[in-house]
Amino acid sequence: MYRLEQVAVRYGAVEALAPTDLAIGAGDTLMLLGPSGSGKSTLLRCLIGLSPYTGTVSFRGEPVPDWRALRPQLGYVIQNGGLFPHLTARANVALMARELGWEKDRIVARMRELAALVALDADQLERFPRELSGGQRQRVAIMRALMLDPEVLLLDEPLSALDPVTRVRLASDMREIVAKLGKTVVMVTHALGEARFFGGETVLMRDGRIVQRGPIDDLAANPADDFVAEFIAAEEAL
Amino acid sequence: MRNARRLAHPRPLPQAGGEKVCTPYPSRLREGLRDLLSIAKLVAAGWAIATLMHVSPTHAETVGSKAFTESVILGEIARITLEDAGIPAEHRRQLGGSRILFDAVRAGEVDLYPEYTGTLRFEILSGEKLASDADLPAALARQGLRLSKPIGFSNGYALAMRPEVAKKYGLRSISDLARHPNLRVAVSNEFVDRADGWRALSAAYGLDAIAVRGIDHDLAYRALRDGQVDVIDVYTTDAEIAADGLFLLADDRAFFPAYDAVFVMRVGLDPKAIAVLDGLAGTIDEARMQQLNRMVVIDGASETDAARAALGQEATASAGRGLVARIAQRTIEHLTLVAIALGAALVVAIPLGVLAARSPRAGGLVIPATGLLQTIPSLALFVMLIPLLGIGAKPTIAALFLYSLLPIVRNVHAGLMGIPRSLRESADALGLSPWAKLRRIELPLALPTIMAGIRTAAVIAVGLATLGALIGAGGYGQPILTGIRLNSTPTILEGAIPAAALALLIEGAFHLIERASVPRGLRPRG
Repeated sequence: MYRLEQVAVRYGAVEALAPTDLAIGAGDTLMLLGPSGSGKSTLLRCLIGLSPYTGTVSFRGEPVPDWRALRPQLGYVIQNGGLFPHLTARANVALMARELGWEKDRIVARMRELAALVALDADQLERFPRELSGGQRQRVAIMRALMLDPEVLLLDEPLSALDPVTRVRLASDMREIVAKLGKTVVMVTHALGEARFFGGETVLMRDGRIVQRGPIDDLAANPADDFVAEFIAAEEAL
Repeated sequence: MRNARRLAHPRPLPQAGGEKVCTPYPSRLREGLRDLLSIAKLVAAGWAIATLMHVSPTHAETVGSKAFTESVILGEIARITLEDAGIPAEHRRQLGGSRILFDAVRAGEVDLYPEYTGTLRFEILSGEKLASDADLPAALARQGLRLSKPIGFSNGYALAMRPEVAKKYGLRSISDLARHPNLRVAVSNEFVDRADGWRALSAAYGLDAIAVRGIDHDLAYRALRDGQVDVIDVYTTDAEIAADGLFLLADDRAFFPAYDAVFVMRVGLDPKAIAVLDGLAGTIDEARMQQLNRMVVIDGASETDAARAALGQEATASAGRGLVARIAQRTIEHLTLVAIALGAALVVAIPLGVLAARSPRAGGLVIPATGLLQTIPSLALFVMLIPLLGIGAKPTIAALFLYSLLPIVRNVHAGLMGIPRSLRESADALGLSPWAKLRRIELPLALPTIMAGIRTAAVIAVGLATLGALIGAGGYGQPILTGIRLNSTPTILEGAIPAAALALLIEGAFHLIERASVPRGLRPRG
């Protein structure tokens, strides 16, 4: 689905992402794991054209010429949902579909489908973001990301701002959704438990570089270097 | 009244940027933007009304007058004289000061106005250093203007005393003062300091031994009446001279320059009108003018009646319009000024604010530029606009428009810049076009800040529009100006109270508009 060749991101003197090669297959679930500042969010944002990168990002074999045209095929969810406070949950979800001129019936039907998928009721959809709980907001954000039925779901620490109970509940619902939809999923997390919970492959990052890639249990069993061993040990300890 | 002779000189005006009209919004629109759109429609309607209002039905001769009583009386005298001779005439009363009138007659906005030779020589044409009044006609001709024959009185400086005090000391002229250094002399503060004021006078007449005090001119007559001072400086046609029966000391060494009353006219004025006005020559002397001023300032007659009295005509029973009708009329005038200026400012300032937020370079240019406009003193701005736009509503609207730009531009900019990056990126991540992002996300999120800016601009405009009366735009400034001129508090309040009420009303109205237009998700929780 994605192929990155020598993709790098630099903010002034700071190298946020060193030149990186990465391939992501269709239907893959890939967890970007690492400590704060390791470049995992920067890498994820390269996959939707929000980071100003050098190098080549190819989507379905073609270098991306115009990110805006591609974005309807990509769903993006961030830590606090990124919902627009002036729009109701429903308007947030329907925004882009309306912009693209979808028929009203089609929007309503799609919303109903998605609401059932993320377990929100119609009443909750009429509320403004601030009238929803943190977990409900993330469910709305997932609805919004899925509205146009994208091929790829990009998740930037979607669970980090939630309390433990909400987090576990949303995580298992998300795993179910991901499994049901069979989409390509790339998710940033700093928690080893989440990487293990969602399965798939994990890319462990440090200082803007990919240190090791593989199923999380392989990383634990065969750490590429001391950092990997230490990071996994520290995560397991708590 | 003293200040009427002094007014800021015009400076070249920084041209306002080309008016860029923002493209119409497509049909589906956030409520707030719809409000802005309806304001824009209001503006269009306003322009139409203003244009209709300013179509002059006839080519009547236009008489202008300055914002003090004597000038208004003289303007009425000119109007009535012209009309009696069968020449249609209108009088645009109390249009601010000399500079405004001079520019207006030069621009052809008025055809004539009453002026004083001294004012022409020492203020308006001061750069030409004219040696005497005899040089004035040639200097004015170069500006396309001519002078009427002198009306007959001079409104110059003089020293005044109570007659019994003058008699007691045997004083007839200013030179007699030198023999009585113990007299208490009080002159206007400005007269004390001016080089051609007391110091020069004292040197010319040898009055060094007299200790002179500065005093506020308005208090001087009272101090003289109460016997607290013996000698004050006056203008030779002040109403109080007639009312208090004061004695003027002769200027026996011809120290004070002449301020002979004349009409300044366009060269192209109808020769018949010129002849009629020249027929007024020598008809009004100082004592008569003092009486006419007294009729209006002290006895409360209308300027029209004073003018009729000057022309030997009966006073008319001029039943003025009722208070409510007057206020209603001025409210319409005032609101029209504010609505058109504000509407035009919205059309220009919102795109400018967006541009400033989009491009730091443009922002670095636009925001200081609008800020600079704000620092131009309002009266100076009004005066600067006269050569471009004439007098009346147009320059007033232009000035209000310029002053409205800053609060709106700045708040649009601040509102857009205050949107969290995560929300801007979420909009990008959805694939919204820049225009859709601006319309659906950024402007609605910035709306509370933008509305606050518009409200500020509106309230400022309501206040500043009162100054429009100085250049003939009408509105609530009209009675304020008249009230100041006649020293009549009720008349001042007739303009000041509605102006304050309108400002409050606009505040209230904007709160309602804000409540209706700001989405529930952004409103403060209460």
